[in-house]
Amino acid sequence: MSAYFASLNLLKLAKNLPGGVSQGIIWGIMALGVYITFRLLDVADLTVDGSFTTGGAVTVMLILAGWPAWAALLVAVLVGMLAGLVTGLLHTRLGIPAILAGILTQLSLYSINLRIMGMSANKAVSVDKYRLLLSSRNIPRAILIGGIFAVVLISIMYWYFGTEQGSAIRATGNNAHMSRALGININAMKVLGLSLSNGIVALSGGLMSQYQGFADINMGRGAIVIGLAAVIIGEVIGNALLGKHLNFYGTLSFVVIGGILYYLVIILVLWLKLNSNDLKLFTAVIVAIFLAIPYLRSQRISSFAKFRKGAKEHA
Amino acid sequence: MLDLNGISKTFNPGTINEKRALHQLSLHLDPGDFVTVIGGNGAGKSTMLNAIAGVWPVDEGRIVLDGHDVTALPEHRRAWLIGRVFQDPMMGTAPNMQLEENLALAKRRGQKRGLGWGVTKEEREEYRERLKTLGLGLEERMTAKVGLLSGGQRQAVTLLMASLRQPKLLLLDEHTAALDPATAAKVLELSEQIVSESHLTTLMITHNMADAIRHGNRLIMMDKGRIILDVRGEEKKRLTKEDLIRKFAELSGTALDTDEVLLS
Repeated sequence: MSAYFASLNLLKLAKNLPGGVSQGIIWGIMALGVYITFRLLDVADLTVDGSFTTGGAVTVMLILAGWPAWAALLVAVLVGMLAGLVTGLLHTRLGIPAILAGILTQLSLYSINLRIMGMSANKAVSVDKYRLLLSSRNIPRAILIGGIFAVVLISIMYWYFGTEQGSAIRATGNNAHMSRALGININAMKVLGLSLSNGIVALSGGLMSQYQGFADINMGRGAIVIGLAAVIIGEVIGNALLGKHLNFYGTLSFVVIGGILYYLVIILVLWLKLNSNDLKLFTAVIVAIFLAIPYLRSQRISSFAKFRKGAKEHA
Repeated sequence: MLDLNGISKTFNPGTINEKRALHQLSLHLDPGDFVTVIGGNGAGKSTMLNAIAGVWPVDEGRIVLDGHDVTALPEHRRAWLIGRVFQDPMMGTAPNMQLEENLALAKRRGQKRGLGWGVTKEEREEYRERLKTLGLGLEERMTAKVGLLSGGQRQAVTLLMASLRQPKLLLLDEHTAALDPATAAKVLELSEQIVSESHLTTLMITHNMADAIRHGNRLIMMDKGRIILDVRGEEKKRLTKEDLIRKFAELSGTALDTDEVLLS
């Protein structure tokens, strides 16, 4: 045991934290996309595991083809939106449950992503040879660029979901029955929301591929769970710190902060020598706990279980 | 204003649960008509309102509203003509959105929703004034989430939402049934006020015979997907609960079955 503690090096942890922040910001941007479907549309959209990789693959391939990084990212966003559109149409036009529609798109994207990457599972884009927006080689810059992307995106989302159209998307997720009665085409709103969400997820994938210097066919695996983790952690912390004063801008900011915190926790448990192969299990457990908390809390207030004791006394 | 021409609707056709809910039903409303609708459970009252609102397509017949044949239009595409309040107070409002956001959504009923602000400054003033007329103090809670309001308050808000953009037809589907008696009376009074102020053409379903007689200029009674009684004007004013119960037995061949109806 003491040997274990002796092997932990605080300096090494401190050295890894900035990298955690920069990666956390990128995952936080993805979580903003997840927030649109999960919280605003009330749909768990599993497309993101595929569209995150799509974003990375498109970005890397276009940069390799000589495109400037910003233009590559723009195309990545559009392709991501297309993926969301497919999920949306499978759901609204063909009546496939949203979760299943997302899984189908995600599965098909595996093949499509391989095709985008020229049938190779991994494509490197070296920061030495190409002009990238950000890279893990220069972490302060990566944090700055990631931060700028996050702030701009949050501002756009804050504006958009305050418009008539954005309000209609929120209304659709909140009360579909009312929305139809008020003349909102809820199917169109769902498709639109899924598209926007996956566009943002692909943007995040494009940033991540540049940051790590490669696109990998498996880079999006578990992205939805990480996104949910960021959303939930952000909401819990935001509510604890600001409570009633938490407005929409604050909520979105805390989603990104949730992504950063999530990644710092990952750095921490890796530092504590958790096998990195166990990370997905760890993440799943964390998310399950956070998702369960609201339910368990309501159970404490009102449940059958609390009558068990009394029932025994009468028996 | 409204013309229902021989509309029929059968649910679950060809199955053991087949239910003929509307049977060649025809109804004509003049502009400004305030019609109360009564009938036993399963008579087709709500089905008729849902057919008009376009919740699902009818099997046959035509629905013409203010000169527009809406039979082929889905719910969201006829919403610009119709204001609705539902029995369940939770159904008419978005709980996680602010009161003013809910009103702003309703203000744009059936309009194109673009990239302009969801709620503008001028609107806020209008909403404040309109909320004052409800007399519930809600004008002080415009940025509160609607989910924090009581059922009665939410129903009053839904009523306001239905009339914020003047509808050609107002559909009230037992909108006071889920409220306590005092709140129900208040919401009914508000309905009467809103309908008479704007001379709205209105269909109101109620289980309460006294309400059905007291309100509106016309009363229809439904049974087995048909209209079996249609009285208006002076004749309606002279109606009593006893008349209605007797007429129902006479016309439908059965006694009115709900205690609610008998006791009200």
